[in-house]
Amino acid sequence: MNTLEKNTASETAPAGGVLPLPPGTARLIALVGAAGTFVSTFLSWTYTEEFPGNLTVYGYPGGLQLLTLTGALLTLLFLLSGSGLRGLRWLTPGGPNSAVRLLALGTLGVTGYTVGAIIKNLGGLINVDPGGYIAVAMALITAIGALGLPYDVPVDPEKPPANPWAQLVHSLKAPGPGRLRDMPGWVEIVIISAAFALGLYIFTFGIDTDYAELFIGYMVLVSFAFPAVGRAGLTRQLGQLTAKHRNVTVTAAFVAAFAFPFTQSNDAYASIGTNILIFATVALGLNVVVGLAGLLDLGYVAFLGVGAYTAALVSGAPTSSIGVTFPFWAAVLTGAAASLVFGVLIGAPTLRLRGDYLAIVTLGFGEIFRIGVQNLDGDSGPDVTNGPNGIPNIPELEILGFNLGEEHTILGQELGRFSNYFLLMLLFTVVIVTIFRRADQSRIGRAWVAIREDETAARAMGINAFRLKLLAFALGATLAGMAGTVQAHVTYTVTPTQYKFVEAVPPNSAFLLAAVILGGMGTVSGPLIGASLLYLIPAKLQFVQEYQLLLFGVALVLLMRFRPEGLIADRRKQLEFHDTGQLDVPKEDTGLSKKVGV
Amino acid sequence: MASDTIPAKGPGSGNVLDARGVTMRFGGLTAVRNVDLTVDQGEIVGLIGPNGAGKTTFFNCMTGLYIPSEGTVRYKGAVLPHRSHRVTEAGIARTFQNIRLFANMTVLENVLVGRHTRTREGLWSALLRGPGFKKAERTSEARAMELLEFTGLAAKRDHLARNLPYGEQRKLEIARALASEPGLLLLDEPTAGMNPQETRATRELVFAIREQGISVLVIEHDMRFIFGLCDRVAVLVQGEKLVEGTPDVVQSDDRVVAAYLGTPYEGVPEDEAVAEVTAAEDALARNTGSGSTPKTSKEGDA
Ligand SMILES: Nc1ncnc2c1ncn2[C@@H]1O[C@H](COP(=O)(O)OP(=O)(O)OP(=O)(O)O)[C@@H](O)[C@H]1O
Ligand SMILES: [Mg+2]
Repeated sequence: MNTLEKNTASETAPAGGVLPLPPGTARLIALVGAAGTFVSTFLSWTYTEEFPGNLTVYGYPGGLQLLTLTGALLTLLFLLSGSGLRGLRWLTPGGPNSAVRLLALGTLGVTGYTVGAIIKNLGGLINVDPGGYIAVAMALITAIGALGLPYDVPVDPEKPPANPWAQLVHSLKAPGPGRLRDMPGWVEIVIISAAFALGLYIFTFGIDTDYAELFIGYMVLVSFAFPAVGRAGLTRQLGQLTAKHRNVTVTAAFVAAFAFPFTQSNDAYASIGTNILIFATVALGLNVVVGLAGLLDLGYVAFLGVGAYTAALVSGAPTSSIGVTFPFWAAVLTGAAASLVFGVLIGAPTLRLRGDYLAIVTLGFGEIFRIGVQNLDGDSGPDVTNGPNGIPNIPELEILGFNLGEEHTILGQELGRFSNYFLLMLLFTVVIVTIFRRADQSRIGRAWVAIREDETAARAMGINAFRLKLLAFALGATLAGMAGTVQAHVTYTVTPTQYKFVEAVPPNSAFLLAAVILGGMGTVSGPLIGASLLYLIPAKLQFVQEYQLLLFGVALVLLMRFRPEGLIADRRKQLEFHDTGQLDVPKEDTGLSKKVGV
Repeated sequence: MASDTIPAKGPGSGNVLDARGVTMRFGGLTAVRNVDLTVDQGEIVGLIGPNGAGKTTFFNCMTGLYIPSEGTVRYKGAVLPHRSHRVTEAGIARTFQNIRLFANMTVLENVLVGRHTRTREGLWSALLRGPGFKKAERTSEARAMELLEFTGLAAKRDHLARNLPYGEQRKLEIARALASEPGLLLLDEPTAGMNPQETRATRELVFAIREQGISVLVIEHDMRFIFGLCDRVAVLVQGEKLVEGTPDVVQSDDRVVAAYLGTPYEGVPEDEAVAEVTAAEDALARNTGSGSTPKTSKEGDA
C-alpha cells in the first residue's frame, strides 16, 4: 500500500521533496520565509546589551544577526536562481534545491543557536525580544519550504529512500554542473581573484571573531554554506577555472595569504595565522608520507622537534649547549638536514614493516625522541638539550637586517612580530606546497601512490618499494624539519613536551594525522584546511579545550562515517569511498597531472 | 620446432627463460617440486594444471615474490635476483591471477607506473622540473598511450582502473606489464572471467605481443585457448611437471586426462568439487590411506 502510493507519487511528480508539498507552494513558502528571516535581523533580538555583539538595535543588524542575515540572503539568492530568475541563474548550475535546503538549514541553525545562546547566557526566555522569536519562526518556515522543494537527483524507482533520514540524505544530493561557458580570459581571472578575496574575507572573519558565540555561529553557517555552494555546482566550476589558469590561481592564493597580516590590527590574531601555517606545513609534509605513500606514521612530530631543536641549538640562545650562531638560512639547512638524517635512521629499519606494525613502531620512535631529548640534560646523558627545561630565550630572527621581532611599518600598516613570522612562514609554505605538488606529479609520486594502492603489484612493476618509502619518509621529515626551524623562533622556547604524540596544543602527531585525514589525504589544500580548523576551533572556544580529546575523537568517528575521504576529496579517493559509477571521467581533457584544487 | 619433451638442454641456446630444479616448500607442503622449464625467444609457452597444482607459485618464484627453496631461474643467461623489482628491471613482466591494478589511479597512470624501470627521473629532477624531466614525462606518456592504443583502452585513459569492466582490467594489466618493456611476459590466467569474444581478442593480443619479439608464458585453465595459442605446453600436477610438448602431444596424453578428470583412488586430487562429490566413497575406500593430506603424499606412479 505504502509502496504503491510512493510509486504513483513518483510517477506524477518525478522529483518529490522530503515534505509532501507542491513545488510551487514550497518555493513560495521558502521565499517568504527567507525574506522574513532577512527582515527579522533588523529587529531587536534581546533587551540587554549583555549579550555580545549588541543585538538590541532596531534597523541595524549586529554580531550574530549578521550571520543570519548572510544565510538568509544566500538562501534567497539561490532560491531565486532556482526559480529561473534571469541574471541569477549562473548561481546554481548544479543542484539548486539541495543548495537551498542546506542554506536554509544552516540559517536555521545559526538563528536557533543565537536565540538559544541568548536564553542560556542571560538566563531565561524573558531575555529574548519578539524579533528573536520572529527570526527563528521565519528561519523555520524557510527550512520547511526548502524541504518541500523537489529533489535535484531523481529517485531511483527501484529503491526509493525508505525512511525520512534517507530521504533527507537523498534530498541533499545534487548533479554535477556542466562545462562552464567560455568567457574572456580576464573575466575568468577576475572571478578567480574574487573567489580568493572572498575566501580571505571568510577566513579572516573566522580568525577575528572575538567571542565564542560568534565563532560557533560562524562555524555553523560556514559548514552549511560551503557544501551548499558545492551542491550548487559553483565549486566545481571554479575548479574548472583554476585548472585552466594554474598560475593565476597559485598567485591569487599566495596574494590572499600575503594580504592576511595587513587585514589584522591585532597581532594576537596574526599569531593564530602563524601557528596555523606552521601546523599546516608540517601536516603537508606528513601528507607525503601518509597521503601519497600510504605509510601510517604516528611519530611524525618528532621531525618537527628535530628541526626545532637543531635551530634552537644553533640560534645563539644563551642556554644552547653549542653556543654557535648560524645565520637563518644555514640554520634552516642544518635543521632540515638533521631531520633528514633522523628520518632515514628511523625509516631504514622500520619501513620494511607494513601497515599496523609500521604505525606502532613509528609511534615508539616518536616517543623515543621526546624521552631522549628529555634525558640529554647532563644527568642521565650528555648535556645537549637541557632536559625537560628545554632551550628558552631563543633570539628573534634577523634576516637581511630585518628583525622579525620588531614592529615594522609596511605599506602604511604596522606589522607586529607575529605578522612578520607569518610572512616568513608563508614563504616556507609556498616552498613546501611546490615541493609537494611537484613530487606528487612525477614518476616518484606515481610510484608512491602505486605503493599505497598495492605494494606487491608496485614491486612487480619494478618499483623498489623500500627505497621509495624511505624517500617519502625522508622528504616528509625534511619538510617538517624546515618548519621546525621557524617554529623554534616563533615559540621562543623548545621543550620536549611540545612534541608529544597527543597533547592539547595542535602540532602533535595525532593532530597532524587528523589534519591530513580531516582535510583530505593526498591533496594540497586538504591539510591546510584541516590544520586551520583543528587549530582555530580550540583556540577560539575555551570550553572546547577541556573536552578537546573527547570532541576530537567524536569528530573523527563522525568523519569516518560520513566523509571518509576528508573535506577536500582527492579525485581518486572520492571514488574509492563513494561508488559513483563512471562519473569520474572529466568532461574536458584535463590531462593526467592537473588536479582540481589549489 | 618445440617438439622435444625433454626439459631444457643448456644455457645459451637462445633461451629467454631457463628455470632449473625450482622447488618451493611452504612448511611441510611442497607446492612446486623440481620443475625445469624453458622459454625460447619468440615462443608462447602454456602452463596448465589442475587447481592448486602450483602454477601461480611457480610464477611467484620466478618473479621474486617468493624465494624458491631450491633451484635457479635464468633470464637470457643471467641468474635472476630474488627481488621482484629487479626481475622486472631485468625484463620479465607479469600479470596477476587476481587482478592487482592500482585501483584508484587512472588507466593512464597505471601504465605510466609500469614505465618506472625504464625511466630514471628521480626526486630532484621532479622538484627542479628541468627540460629533461618534461621530455621524459612526455615520452613516457606517448609510450603509454601507444600501449593503450595497442590494447584498445585509449579511450578510457582517464577512467579509474577500478571502474573498468573485468575484461578491460585484465587488458590494462597486460598494458601495464608491457610498459616495462619486457622480453618475457608472464600471464596468469589472462582470460579468467572473460566471455568468448574477449577470450578470442586476448588470443589475438597475445599473438600481437609475440610479433613484437616478446616471449610469453601463460597460465590458463581454458584448454581451447591454450591449445590454440601455445607453441608448447607444460603440465604441472601437484607441483611436478608431468608432461611437456606441443599441444597435440599434451592433449593426447593419458596422464594429463587422468590428472584433470581425477583418479581419486590413486590420490591425485582434482579440484575441490570433485573431491566433494567423491568424498563419501573416498572416506570408505581410503580410511587407511594417505587420508587428509593427499597433496603432500607421494602420488605413486600415476
Ligand atoms: N604463501 C603460501 N603459503 C602457503 N601455501 C601456499 C602459499 N601459496 C600457495 N600455497 C599453496 O601452494 C599450492 C599451489 O598453489 P598455487 O596458487 O600455485 O596453485 P595454482 O596452480 O596457481 O592454482 P589455481 O589454478 O587455482 O590458480 C596450493 O596448495 C596453495 O595452497
Ligand atoms: Mg594460480
